[in-house]
Amino acid sequence: MTDAFAPPLALINARLIDPASAVETRGGVFMEGGLIRDIGARVTKAGVGSRTRVVDCEGDCVSPGLIDMRVFVGEPGAEHRETIASASAAAAAGGVTTILAMPDTSPPIDDPAVVDFLLRRARDTSRVRVLPSAAITKGLRGHEIAEIGLLQEAGAVAFTDGFKSIHNSQVLRRALTYARDFDALIIHFAEDPDLAGSGVMNAGELASRLGLGGIPPEAESIALDRDLRLVNMVRARYHAPLVSTRQSLEIMARAKAAGLPVTCGVSINHLTLNENDIGEYRTFFKLTPPLRHEDERLALVEALASGLVDVIVSDHNPQDVDAKRLPFGEAEAGAVGLETMLAAGLRLVHAEQISLPRLIRAMTLRPAEILRLPQGRLAIGAPADVVRFDPDEPHVIDPAKLHSRSKNTPFDDARLQGRVKLTVVAGEVVYE
Amino acid sequence: MVTPNPPPSFPHRHLLGIEGLSRQDILALLDMAEEAVPVSRQVDKKRNLLRGRTQINLFFEASTRTQASFEIAGKRLGADVMNMAVANSSVKKGETLIDTAVTLNAMRPDILIVRHFHSGAVDLLARKVDCCVVNAGDGSHEHPTQALLDALTIRRRKGRIEGLTVAICGDVAHSRVARSNMICLQALGARVRVIGPSTLLPTGVENMGVEVFRDMRKGLEGCDIVMMLRLQLERMNGAFVPSLREYARFYGLDQEKLKLAKPDALVMHPGPMNRGVEIDSAVADGPRSLINEQVEMGVAVRMAVLEALARNLPNG
Repeated sequence: MTDAFAPPLALINARLIDPASAVETRGGVFMEGGLIRDIGARVTKAGVGSRTRVVDCEGDCVSPGLIDMRVFVGEPGAEHRETIASASAAAAAGGVTTILAMPDTSPPIDDPAVVDFLLRRARDTSRVRVLPSAAITKGLRGHEIAEIGLLQEAGAVAFTDGFKSIHNSQVLRRALTYARDFDALIIHFAEDPDLAGSGVMNAGELASRLGLGGIPPEAESIALDRDLRLVNMVRARYHAPLVSTRQSLEIMARAKAAGLPVTCGVSINHLTLNENDIGEYRTFFKLTPPLRHEDERLALVEALASGLVDVIVSDHNPQDVDAKRLPFGEAEAGAVGLETMLAAGLRLVHAEQISLPRLIRAMTLRPAEILRLPQGRLAIGAPADVVRFDPDEPHVIDPAKLHSRSKNTPFDDARLQGRVKLTVVAGEVVYE
Repeated sequence: MVTPNPPPSFPHRHLLGIEGLSRQDILALLDMAEEAVPVSRQVDKKRNLLRGRTQINLFFEASTRTQASFEIAGKRLGADVMNMAVANSSVKKGETLIDTAVTLNAMRPDILIVRHFHSGAVDLLARKVDCCVVNAGDGSHEHPTQALLDALTIRRRKGRIEGLTVAICGDVAHSRVARSNMICLQALGARVRVIGPSTLLPTGVENMGVEVFRDMRKGLEGCDIVMMLRLQLERMNGAFVPSLREYARFYGLDQEKLKLAKPDALVMHPGPMNRGVEIDSAVADGPRSLINEQVEMGVAVRMAVLEALARNLPNG
């Protein structure tokens, strides 16, 4: 990925979106040796050396490359759905330069040797940076603490059981306690499995009309409330990866106000879609947690604007046709999202529900801060991971053209505005 | 036992814990134990201080070394020692602890040595009998003779306890050895540290007068004594710590970690050891290990305790 001999690269004549500041500036970014070396109006074609490749952005936006904290790559064990190579191609096409790979693989990432495998596969096959997360509990079974210390030494940057929620509060308490000694970040998907039961979509009138089992918002908020009370006991770093309800936001706001070391994320799907999109049992809209009522979506957008929601994730979850072309109740949950996250997020900007820097901040600087990465900033000395995009260009999503091996996008045939033109990782162009 | 000076007084009927003993009480027992050390090194180890006395070892929890140590101590002082094998006893038939105590009391023993898996059980039993009771370990509460033998071992090798820095490492939360040692060593003027993963440290340990370290490397810096604790096997596999190998990596004492302590630091372990887990064989069997000496001092300390308590018995 990092090539010390890659020629210097300058992106000029751009709208620079720096997530650390609210002000947009015009200018360029000069990159060499994998780092951003200069930035601003003084970066012009005349100012860089003749060896430098110069890209005229023609007024497009340039921001830090996106950091996606929730990506299921399928490797090892589900290469028919996605590989690191195909996921990274999708990421590059979506302007995503760093992905946090979930440990729900086969075998799961609960052993230092598997972390090592993932890192080596990423080094050999990925165009973007792949960071492994590792399991909180062995086998993601929720019973025994995984080897957090050894996994961290092997390179795991966060700990999560992926879509599994730890039912046993004592196990979660001890995992948080143990993780704190290693200053490890726990990312825990909070869902009460009994309340979620056999539900397949948001509980409510629509579920009743469709005759589908419902998952009430309380399945999430009760579990999240428990989690945050445990965090209050233990004071470990905790991230709620996918909040989807107003109740959860209220609980999160209280915890943050109390000074707990907690953050939260929301998926791009929950910010831009609602339960009505399910329509005639369309399984591409079957997600975990389920798409909620429009009121919940609006609350999430508002919380994103206020900063209560820290990050936006694609929650990229490739499912093949066989897993989706089934009755709604039987189909797998999940949607791909690496390639559409930015364009879908720009919907909120075009609808004037959120500012562009705020959107970019939730996809760059905030995840970088939570994961303690040097990326996510447009600053001299920061890693040269940047994306050029035209925020306005209209286009229709054609699933056949997605780079992901699975095509289960809820935005198929959707009209979106905003397109990635160029993606740079460590100073090298990985998508154009 | 030969005691040239007037015997120091030990103003307690039982030895139920280090808690409640004064610094003078502890020092008196250590001085008596010091006198007892040569007795065990002679050909004729028999004394008659407890002649005619009956000592019952009542162990509700399996023990090899502690029970043997108390038995040998009693026999060397001339007592008639009886080991109650609880596994085959009336307890198995449903008898309560208090009924067992009352029954044994009726047989008029002079000294009861009791180990029980529940914290506080030995105190309860002591309230129901007329003889003196020695706590040989109750639950996660206290193990006073272990703390005394550790103190004696340290004092003999270092010449003092006051001012030393002692690190107690490992499963502090479930350890009666750790609790008794924390109290005993602090009473004798040592600076005590506890080191372990947070899952194995008791809640509120910061308020027990000790310095707390989660990072063993930092905790070992400047230590005179490194005291390792046994990690129960059932606590290793994911419940409190993820695995044996992870525990060994971060909290096992090997030669490399030992280098972080003072150059003349000494290593202790109450036994039985999990070699390769909390302690590496090279350390356990190395020149800085006091582990075998601890066992020897165990007999001396227990002789001293029996002697001190016997003196307070009627007609003692």
